[in-house]
Amino acid sequence: MQFNDYDPGDFYDELFEAKGKPRPEAIPLIDRINSLPLPEVQRRQQAAEIALFKLGVTFNVYGDGQGTERIMPFDIIPRIVSMAEWKVLEEGLKQRIYALNQFLADIYGEQKILKDSVIPTELIHSASGFLKQCIGLKPPEGIWCHITGTDLVRDRDGRWYVLEDNLRCPSGVSYVLENRRVMKTTFPLVFNNVQIQPVEEYPSYLLETLLNLAPPHLPDPTVVVLTPGIYNSAYFEHSFLAQQMGVELVEGRDLVVADGYLQMRTTKGLKRVDVIYRRIDDEFIDPKAFRAESLLGVPGLMEVYQSGRLAIANALGTGVADDKVIYAYVPQIIRYYLNEEPILCNVPTYLCWEPQQQSHVLANLDKLVVKAADESGGYGMLVGPHATQAQREEFADKIKAHPRKYIAQPTLCLSRVPTLFNDHFEGCHVDLRPYILYGKQIYVNPGGLTRVALKRGSLVVNSSQGGGSKDTWVVCK
Amino acid sequence: MLSRVADSIYWLNRYVERAENVARFVEVNINLLLDSPAGTDQQWEPLILTSGDLPLFQERYGNASAENVVRFLTFDKDYPNSILSCLRAARENARSVREIISSEMWQQVNSFYLMVTEAAEAQSLSDLGTVVKFFDEVKQASHLFAGLMDATMTHNEGWHFGQIGRLIERADKTARILDVKYFILLPSVKDIGGTLDQLQWMALLKSASAYEMYRKRGQHRIEPTEIAEFLILDQEFPRSVRSCITRAEQSLHHITDTPVGTWRTPIERVLGRLRTDLDYLTIEDIVHTGLHEFLDGLQSRMNDVGEKIFETFFALEPLS
Repeated sequence: MQFNDYDPGDFYDELFEAKGKPRPEAIPLIDRINSLPLPEVQRRQQAAEIALFKLGVTFNVYGDGQGTERIMPFDIIPRIVSMAEWKVLEEGLKQRIYALNQFLADIYGEQKILKDSVIPTELIHSASGFLKQCIGLKPPEGIWCHITGTDLVRDRDGRWYVLEDNLRCPSGVSYVLENRRVMKTTFPLVFNNVQIQPVEEYPSYLLETLLNLAPPHLPDPTVVVLTPGIYNSAYFEHSFLAQQMGVELVEGRDLVVADGYLQMRTTKGLKRVDVIYRRIDDEFIDPKAFRAESLLGVPGLMEVYQSGRLAIANALGTGVADDKVIYAYVPQIIRYYLNEEPILCNVPTYLCWEPQQQSHVLANLDKLVVKAADESGGYGMLVGPHATQAQREEFADKIKAHPRKYIAQPTLCLSRVPTLFNDHFEGCHVDLRPYILYGKQIYVNPGGLTRVALKRGSLVVNSSQGGGSKDTWVVCK
Repeated sequence: MLSRVADSIYWLNRYVERAENVARFVEVNINLLLDSPAGTDQQWEPLILTSGDLPLFQERYGNASAENVVRFLTFDKDYPNSILSCLRAARENARSVREIISSEMWQQVNSFYLMVTEAAEAQSLSDLGTVVKFFDEVKQASHLFAGLMDATMTHNEGWHFGQIGRLIERADKTARILDVKYFILLPSVKDIGGTLDQLQWMALLKSASAYEMYRKRGQHRIEPTEIAEFLILDQEFPRSVRSCITRAEQSLHHITDTPVGTWRTPIERVLGRLRTDLDYLTIEDIVHTGLHEFLDGLQSRMNDVGEKIFETFFALEPLS
């Protein structure tokens, strides 16, 4: 099957410099695919999909009464990142996470950054993820954001930008591991000939990150993964990670606070839990401390947490940095705490609560992307260039009514990767979510999840909106 | 092991076993009707009686026609003990313990569930041939699940909880089948041993997959007392009440790590006492008590076993 007709067009293509000219690190893969007949490529694509379905790599679709699971569409053409480029991303991510962690410790501690007027205090207090219950909290080792999945995108000119930090419960890492497992059987020869950085160590690093939080005197601490249950869209991942780490997967109803500790109900009685990797949002974790109607959490958990007899990853309250208004300040945050220039750029962001920036946004709604500060997953946003006049007016009204709630960014033209469409390749827009673990050191899993917008021309990569995924190869030449 | 996980494995097995039993006795009733002389009253109501859900059925369907009864017991998604509902519940339980059970078990429950939902969508209940084939597939799928669990899952605590679930469900269904047929065929105790419809009793044996094994064990005639003895007290037949209770007790003691014959928890005492009674009872004792009265008592003791399992292992509350 030939790439001869594939035209990267007027986009940044991750595999091709120009038509017929693959990037150096992609040459072995492109040569291999060129040597295979079309039916063979199609067969491998089908075999990969079947393998993923059999592995049960599924997600649930909300709003479907039957709780049906689907596999995320998968494309066998990987995204390739050169080692040199990866080194820069890795350093940039470490710097960013390090600074954000200091920021969180400061916000819930001395609040120096507010006193020095780098960020207006009212912006912090009005951020949806800010939890006043966490003020004064001292999580083990001073670590707040243990697991992060930062969303990166690359614009038409090839520059990388950080789109979102996702410091709460980022999902998707199970796809990274399972996609890789499947790809090894899809292109075994290429794996033989090219040095692709392995991703399989992630569960071991994750377990170490969690064990690092247990009190040092405990010989055999109990680590659990806390899931909202089988109806959650990422249930497969929760179950998968628990299995890979060999720890219990628990639901809120398995847990109870007794004798000042968090304990789980076992067939042999109550057993103390020392570390939770929680995949439940902050406000649902303890109905006594937050949302009283939550059935997912454990009454009294927050008290145990505050007393230091339990570690939680990620710490509660980290969502404050996911607010898109706070995101806009991350470059200042890095300069403030580290006294360094940010290695990775933010997407330029207009803050609607500042009158001058707001009028710029309102005047340029047809060119900008408007996002709600407290939403993610592609919800609550306006893609100006693709919207109707009525939709733009609706957002203009919303911005004027709630300026704190909205930010705007230029419409980036995401980079593309060739993707198999039945009998030919087409370029599809992608983003990249690497996973970062903050344990004794900061570890960045090489590669990450490449999400791809499979609808022709679409820029939305979210799985809930027709997105799929690809394997990501960090390649040493 | 987490209580919830043990509970899910227990119910996963109970539901798979329940679906199989529903399939088996509906299938046998169909066979029986095919043998009956034309013009005989079609006996469909006893099937609902067996399930213990007659009032619900009457309220929802009214008339106990063949099609109504089969629909209710197989594809009614609002009836919690229909085959479809059993499989949905089994699969939900399996999903919540997917990282504990073997992937072969998970795949089997999943394909079992898909097979049943596809059949439910086709809804071809009027074609007797298709219906019979479907029940056969349900039985096979259940046996395959039990076999896979035995062969691919470590025989650890979770496995033993699964065994208990399957065996308690099976003992309960065997007792129910016997009780209802008895109820229909023998309105009073003194009629035991009287002239009876051989076909009915053979159907009863077949619905517990016991016909061939009963014939093989030396006593070849179809005698109601002998049949009751075989289904309640036989030591070796794997669907007899005694055999199920004995093996459930063995699994229980694997879990609690105490020798059979001793007890520390209420469940060990209740189940041990039931097993001992079955060990030393004779069919004459049972006839003397009255078969129906005996089965009634047996059912309430098995319900008690279910409750004690729940209290001892699953419903743990901290002292406050």
